[in-house]
Amino acid sequence: MTTYIARSKSVAARMLGGEMMIMSPRDTTLFNLNDVGSVIWQSADGQTPLHAIVERLCTEFDVAPEVARQDAETFVQELVEHGIMHVSDRPITAEPLRQEAT
Amino acid sequence: MILTATRELAIDIGGMPILVRTDSAEFADLLEDRYGSFIHAPSSDGIFTLDVELIPHRVIEEDEDVRVRLESGRWIITRGDFRAEWDTRRGQGWVRQSANPYSIDGVLRILHSLFLAREGGFLVHAASAVRNGRAFLFAGVSGAGKTTLSRLAPPDAEVLTDEISYVRPCHTGYEAFGTPFAGELARIGANLRAPLAALYLLVQGPENRIEPVDPADAARAVLRNILFFAHDEELVGLVFQSVFDFVARVPVQRLVFTPDARVWELIV
Repeated sequence: MTTYIARSKSVAARMLGGEMMIMSPRDTTLFNLNDVGSVIWQSADGQTPLHAIVERLCTEFDVAPEVARQDAETFVQELVEHGIMHVSDRPITAEPLRQEAT
Repeated sequence: MILTATRELAIDIGGMPILVRTDSAEFADLLEDRYGSFIHAPSSDGIFTLDVELIPHRVIEEDEDVRVRLESGRWIITRGDFRAEWDTRRGQGWVRQSANPYSIDGVLRILHSLFLAREGGFLVHAASAVRNGRAFLFAGVSGAGKTTLSRLAPPDAEVLTDEISYVRPCHTGYEAFGTPFAGELARIGANLRAPLAALYLLVQGPENRIEPVDPADAARAVLRNILFFAHDEELVGLVFQSVFDFVARVPVQRLVFTPDARVWELIV
């Protein structure tokens, strides 16, 4: 299955001093992204498959494909849990509807 | 028939007066004592109005922690000792609390943090003072030395607060305002405003010196010290961006200090 990832539009993110910082708008957790995380973050346009992003990580950071895949999936999962990133099995063109609490 | 007269007091913090109305003369007197020079005569300039409904002392909400949420254009603000609502469109609200100064103090801090979020400003855990016409902030968590530094201030420095500083953007950068929000000093700040010259992150050490701080560390440190209560994604994003704009324009440095008055020789 192909996985697509997209940055949440409501997220607050800034690059400062070469460091990408993002804040979860849901719980105000602050994340500092390293170089690998920054590449994943900036590639998360909803159109680029995750496997293509992993291939880019392997090339740019000289890391084994399986290690890069696991790192990327762990990273994405954490951001999803904080409402910072969305995941879908098809390209993401718009912000997914938020699941309202019932 | 018993006549009750409503008392109105404008509590002007950060140039944003809130007209507080109460039917209790005793409570109005208590507010005058508490807020001192921050109380102004009511005028048509007041854009915000807060009605105080006094009730006997009791627990109003089970949850002791403050909760701030937006529902249909109204902020619902609750803490164990009060419940308040604020209509953002009308700039009006009410608070239900017992006759004590601490509850309304909490409400005012929260309301100002909400107002400032839309202006690019913020409340921050920091002492502040004006010297030579310029304001300096001294940020740090409890125990970092905010009150100590305030106590050591020389006669030519006016302490704006020893606990919570008020920062607003202006056309030349940022301004710091005095606040009545006091820490261990237990004294309201000077009701002044001045252009902000620097923010110092307080660290106690064996000598007095100023150290550089890289921009990312500066942003992290300021974010850690921001007072913000609302569970609201839009405002969280605005405050985050405001902090980054702030560190891009205001020098943020580390002030290592030993608790004696000579530290003020560095603050000029």
